[in-house]
Amino acid sequence: MRFDSLLDSVGGTPLVGLPRLSPGPEVRLWAKLEDRNPTGSIKDRAALAMVEQAEKDGLLTPGCTILEPTSGNTGISLAMAARLKGYRLVCVMPENTSAERTQLLRMWGAEVVYSPGAGGSNEAVRVARRMSQEHPDWIMLYQYGNLANAQAHYDTTGPEILTDLPTVTHFVAGLGTTGTLMGAGRYLREHQPGIQIVAAEPRYGELVYGLRNLDEGFVPELYDESVLTTRYSVGPRDAVRRVRQLLNQEGIFAGISTGAILHAAIGLGQRAVKAGESADIAFIVCDGGWKYLSTGAYEGTLDEAEDRLDGQVWA
Amino acid sequence: MSVEVRIPTILRPYTDGAKIVEAQGDSLAAVITDLDTRYTGIGERLVEEGSLRRFINVYLNDEDVRFLGGIDTPVADGDSVTILPAVAGG
Repeated sequence: MRFDSLLDSVGGTPLVGLPRLSPGPEVRLWAKLEDRNPTGSIKDRAALAMVEQAEKDGLLTPGCTILEPTSGNTGISLAMAARLKGYRLVCVMPENTSAERTQLLRMWGAEVVYSPGAGGSNEAVRVARRMSQEHPDWIMLYQYGNLANAQAHYDTTGPEILTDLPTVTHFVAGLGTTGTLMGAGRYLREHQPGIQIVAAEPRYGELVYGLRNLDEGFVPELYDESVLTTRYSVGPRDAVRRVRQLLNQEGIFAGISTGAILHAAIGLGQRAVKAGESADIAFIVCDGGWKYLSTGAYEGTLDEAEDRLDGQVWA
Repeated sequence: MSVEVRIPTILRPYTDGAKIVEAQGDSLAAVITDLDTRYTGIGERLVEEGSLRRFINVYLNDEDVRFLGGIDTPVADGDSVTILPAVAGG
């Protein structure tokens, strides 16, 4: 495969079967390896789409500063795109994210502003909104409400899955900005009657839910629950257990949030086996495990890993 | 029907700090009503005009109740109900 530049190589990722983790010959799991994108995560798709849409709309012009609240991956993708296109990037990130995220952001030239750990990404959104008011000339792409985020998955992720797996019966992905599920989910619903669109949402430790009041809760503007068949909450213990299984049995080294998605996918697979149905379950590998090594998720007992992840925004 | 309900930090002032409480009822609505009789005021923090509040997520055995039957979702003996505020990702 040949591309004119790194930005042209976003997407087009492999869909890989999991012969050992699949529950049976008629119920198969398929991993969409989004870690094969230029900065190593699925967020390259949305980040590039949001930047290019803003350029088309005339919002972004050479020398502009981009501001974005992010728990990491979107920021890293934006940093790469901003570097190549000549923009300055300021990321607002919760302080309780892995050390590698800050290192990667700075490596690609982004400036990092930390938001308080209590409240997780909700707090990052709030801080970014405040900074946006102080700097009206900065452009906040705002991944949670930017239609180009979901559109990127409608245009690319969804069609790629259906082309590679015309028999797909289930699509499982993580729920953060909701862009992947809203975009790819909508495309797959329109083109594959009866498909189930399932969300796996990370359940963090208590600190991350440490809002001062319930009105500080946050639902991304992109979210439309009618796209989903259902939605599961997956805690760190199950996520770590599954991400280790994925490594040990299939050789795929993925980030922790992928473990949460795989947990939901395996649950759906077991249900299909019990019901005597055949199924082709496609799920997203959001990123590789590299930037989570310092969290200790890949070593020691599950109890130790669970303790170490408590209070971290691990997805 | 007795179920276990996990209470988020933000609502623990109502439960004297308890993280997990028991409640009775054969639906989520009945469970919340039962909670409110013992922890006065918690009900209206969860429910508004007969529906779950927008920034509250409730999971029955880890599945979002909005996809099961909302506030009328049936619950069974030994089920686990988890209440969490909505948070962002990404």
